[in-house]
Amino acid sequence: MRYAMAIDTKKCVGCSDCVVACQTENNVPIGYARDWVAEMVAGTYPNVELEIRSERCNHCDNAPCVRCCPTGASHIIDGGIVKVTPEECIGCGACIQSCPYDARYSHPEGYVDKCTFCDHRVEDGLDPACVAVCPTKCMYFGDLDDPSSDVSEAMKNRNYKALAPEAGTDPQIFYLL
Amino acid sequence: MKTRRDFIKISALGTGGLAIAGGAYNWANGSELAEGMSAKAAGKNLKLNRFPTYCEVCFWKCAGWAHTNEKGNIIKIIGNDEDPHCNGRLCPRGTGGIGMYNDEDRLKTPLIRTTENGQQTFREASWDEAFELIAQKYQEIKQKYGAETIAGFFHGSPGSHLGHLLHAFGSHTEAHPSYAQCRGPREVAFAATYGSGVGSPEPTDIRDTRCLVLIGSHIGENMHNGQVQEMADAIDNGATIITVDPRFSTAASKSKFWLPIKPSTDLALLLAWINVIINEELYDKDFVEKNTYGFNELKEHVSKMTPEWAYGITTLEPALIRQTAHEMAAAAPSVIVHPGRHVTWYGDDTQRERAIAILNGLLGSWGRRGGFYFPEGMSLPKFPTPELPHPEWDWKDIHDKKYPLALLPVSNALVEASIPENNPKHLIKSWLVAGTNLPLTLPDKDQTLKAMQALEFLVVVDTMPMEITGYADVVLPECTYLERYDYIRSAPHREPNIALRMPATEPKYESKPAWWIAKQLGEKLGLQKYFPWKNIEEVLDWQLKKVGSSLEEMQRIGVKKFDRAFGAPYLVDGENFEFNTNSGKIELYSTEMQNAGFDPLPSFTQHEEPQQGFYRLIYGRTPAHTFSRTANNPNLVDLKPEPWLWINPKVASIWGIENGQYIWLKNQDGKITQFPIQVRVTERIRWDSVFMPHGFGHHNKRLTRAYGKGASDAELITNVKIDPVMGGTGMRSNFVTFLTEEPEMEVES
Amino acid sequence: MKEELLISGRMNPNIDPFLNIWHWHIPVYLFLGGLAAGILFFAAFYTITGREKEMPTTVKWATFIVPIALIVGLLALFLDLKHQLYFWRLYTTVRLQSPMSWGAWTLMLVTPLSIIWVATYMKEIVPGWKWPWKFLDRAEAFVIKHKVELAWILIVLAVILGIYTGILLSAFNARPLWNTSILGPLFLVSGLSTGAAAIIWMSRSHYERKIMSRIDILLIIIELFLVTHMIMGFLAGSEVKIASAMIFLGGQFTVSFWVFFVILGLVFPLILEILELRGFRIPVGIPAFLILFGGLVFRFIMVEAGQFTRYLY
Repeated sequence: MRYAMAIDTKKCVGCSDCVVACQTENNVPIGYARDWVAEMVAGTYPNVELEIRSERCNHCDNAPCVRCCPTGASHIIDGGIVKVTPEECIGCGACIQSCPYDARYSHPEGYVDKCTFCDHRVEDGLDPACVAVCPTKCMYFGDLDDPSSDVSEAMKNRNYKALAPEAGTDPQIFYLL
Repeated sequence: MKTRRDFIKISALGTGGLAIAGGAYNWANGSELAEGMSAKAAGKNLKLNRFPTYCEVCFWKCAGWAHTNEKGNIIKIIGNDEDPHCNGRLCPRGTGGIGMYNDEDRLKTPLIRTTENGQQTFREASWDEAFELIAQKYQEIKQKYGAETIAGFFHGSPGSHLGHLLHAFGSHTEAHPSYAQCRGPREVAFAATYGSGVGSPEPTDIRDTRCLVLIGSHIGENMHNGQVQEMADAIDNGATIITVDPRFSTAASKSKFWLPIKPSTDLALLLAWINVIINEELYDKDFVEKNTYGFNELKEHVSKMTPEWAYGITTLEPALIRQTAHEMAAAAPSVIVHPGRHVTWYGDDTQRERAIAILNGLLGSWGRRGGFYFPEGMSLPKFPTPELPHPEWDWKDIHDKKYPLALLPVSNALVEASIPENNPKHLIKSWLVAGTNLPLTLPDKDQTLKAMQALEFLVVVDTMPMEITGYADVVLPECTYLERYDYIRSAPHREPNIALRMPATEPKYESKPAWWIAKQLGEKLGLQKYFPWKNIEEVLDWQLKKVGSSLEEMQRIGVKKFDRAFGAPYLVDGENFEFNTNSGKIELYSTEMQNAGFDPLPSFTQHEEPQQGFYRLIYGRTPAHTFSRTANNPNLVDLKPEPWLWINPKVASIWGIENGQYIWLKNQDGKITQFPIQVRVTERIRWDSVFMPHGFGHHNKRLTRAYGKGASDAELITNVKIDPVMGGTGMRSNFVTFLTEEPEMEVES
Repeated sequence: MKEELLISGRMNPNIDPFLNIWHWHIPVYLFLGGLAAGILFFAAFYTITGREKEMPTTVKWATFIVPIALIVGLLALFLDLKHQLYFWRLYTTVRLQSPMSWGAWTLMLVTPLSIIWVATYMKEIVPGWKWPWKFLDRAEAFVIKHKVELAWILIVLAVILGIYTGILLSAFNARPLWNTSILGPLFLVSGLSTGAAAIIWMSRSHYERKIMSRIDILLIIIELFLVTHMIMGFLAGSEVKIASAMIFLGGQFTVSFWVFFVILGLVFPLILEILELRGFRIPVGIPAFLILFGGLVFRFIMVEAGQFTRYLY
């Protein structure tokens, strides 16, 4: 079982609902963000292209943050979701240094925090909060090993890319182009 | 000389009132979640209670569930799956609605204007004291000038309660700025063409359309939830999107065709499209034959308005104009030329909307699947009260002669009628403002300030210390939509549906719901008989029982759908449909406009252009915010703390302005923005224009997160083009130049 | 024109607009760790080769710095932690893939061992020193008998300590400036060099100073070579690597890198030491101080600049 996310850049309008929904679902403190929206513009007026992406921790298959954690607080659970156990985290910041996506941050209570694919919702068979709230339904979540899951279906017959593949982390969030 | 009404900037008050952090509400009214759905928040196993509500952040009014934890604090808001407005998914402002609830800058107690040490300031007062003062003043005004001189300016739910109060007191003088400052022209234009306005929410069948034409609509940056959702569905279905916009908007980036039109020339493009469709016989001949009136006059009228003619005006290639016209016609009748929402641009807006209505008529999209459906709403009976008094005059008398086709009150006309120097036939002496921040909403801020100075008494009902509260004599704190009941939402849609709003928790501080304010004030004014109910639950239950439901049921389910009772959502083939116009048909040639003395067919007129060194100010929306009301919301400020001014790279290099720099803006009348705005140098905007989102540049210090962030576009809109047909205020004929150094300015008074 | 920006207002403290999660604590610790590793290495080396008598400062006096440096360094690390109450979790597990875990356990070993090393010389340094308990006398005798074995352990640990400070940074492949395998050897050589400098400064024997100066000159030359190699490697790499190199070739850290580290911290003391060997009279403190200063500045620059570089945006 390998959880992954596919995000359709053709439908995303950059409304950032995913950011607010994550904040209210996971009690993310004001001033912090587990996910964010990036925009890329290329060209010269009026020949312009636009790509909008909702980004978060990529729950990489080859996660450097898990490798470099000295206490094992950063660990991988069923399905490949990368999580942090607050009581085992010493706040050394090594994982933050090791993430090429800058997906982690230091929670005001001292431990390191980040997107958890809302594993508490996934356990109950629900989608992560960001996927569930997206008004354009451009986000798909599910088991990549299951060809009939939402995410596998979404990726069929579509070109897609992952972010910073040259960092070698094997990220599991795919942007449909 | 000291002005009568100082803008009270600095809070001389303490926190005032108890910060009641939402005490445990009557649990019997909340519905427990079904088994197996216990939400675990932040890794902890919390059982949540949820209460049905519908969002007040914008007019879309999506229904949802407000979740509270065991302490009674609201922790998240989620959409109601049964609600056709949102299909279970709220937009970012709706999801961020809890920020409204948590905002410590909220109004906490009633405030009364007073003078301390020669300075005007507010003092905290009890509700009783505030009501006494208002009642006393209102009786005075009624005696001296008549109750009609008290005008209400409303937006959103509070208006339904306070409007009833004013009616009971004897005044039908009220206006919603969302008419003349926003959608008014399209309502008049479509009413003149089809016999009915577009309405809210717009009955655009986007999810089934094959071609969506957006001309002046930036779906995706405006978060009209249902429309954004359906546009995504349309993209999935492979629909063609055609966007006409001087800016590379988000919608433009998803379009097959983007027409980078020169600003203010849209009407020329529309006429050219009509020309192509008529001349190349691309229109739905049967539909036009059967259902329209005035085709030949229209054909004659547009005969010279070719794409080549339009090219010279719009800078759009004739081939592109033709191609997009073909695209539209090929998709007909499943095509939508979107009427837009905020359409008060240049003063000829009703005529431009008429062109859009005509184009839709030719394509046969009205009443067709993939075009415009016929919405139906559930009508709820009004709670029986004695007959309301008839005022001697009302809003119609103020501007009926001037704007005969305005079906709803024109707010700017009421503002004008509040200024004695204008010598109005009926002079307005007092305002009751609820849910709208007039200094940032109305263009021509100077006129608004002048009117407020002349008023005898100004009462403001609001949840936040918005700028309008700084000018009030009495400020009444309303609690947010999450802490109160309101009337049932019954908006027209594909199927009739109703939604309940109930409080998820007790109101914080001393704030109270508008229905309570209206009833209390009504009783103080001796109007008990018009409020013959104990509380609003009684009214709601009574209404709901009349339509086969009950308050208890609605508290459990939140949204209830009904079957249509008045016919199908689309025209039935073979059926003769009578339109509510003079001729009974779709009036391509408008007899109503002609009878009122206006052009029955739209023509292009040249509009003002910027002079050298000036750029057209284009304002719009950003999906994270709603007008100026969310600029202080902590969750939404996290998303977008301040606006960016889009400047084309060529322009930026001419001026030597860099990305991220802060600049001040000066408009053609010399008005300078109070605060600077951050520049975003981007290829997404034309070199003759700049773009900024509306709603920032707050100057009320009590809005701690919003104060001073970005510039206010409202300050710069001083050149107002009034639409002669219905009084709409065209705001896009303002031009700005850049000031890279901080200018010396007079302090805002 | 190309734009790449965040439009949802992310401003995580210490992450945006630029990563700045490690402050002064880490460079100070890296420096002290390198210094300790250097001194320990030479002390152990000369013990193993049986030349303690000729190199008294190296083997005896300078090693007093080591436990102090390590404890101060550990304290700095502890202060850097954001979840300090849980620091003990470091010692509940050994994670072979985490350089930080390596470091935690190495320090756990080196610090007491270095204290033991120093303890064996207490009687020489503090006249009239007596152990409060009898068994400590026996322990001292035991250790002195097995000095050479202890030295072997220490030399291995010293190399690990010196090199791991560099590997710690280079393992973070998300920071392009650090992600180079030269960093490990570079930090080791720099550590050895600072160790040698400290020894030179403390030594009273002309012979000892001469030997260590020669070694130090060699180490500085190797360091210069490694630094050049590192920058050339960056310039031949991918876009992010080139951007990393540009930080030192026109970017924010150009002046501090070349003036404070390369010139003041490497080249200038190199020249001074060569001159001294040639017979010119130069106060010993100046090149030694400059090398130590250069070592500290180098680590500050690397930690700061490294966090500046990133793959995205």
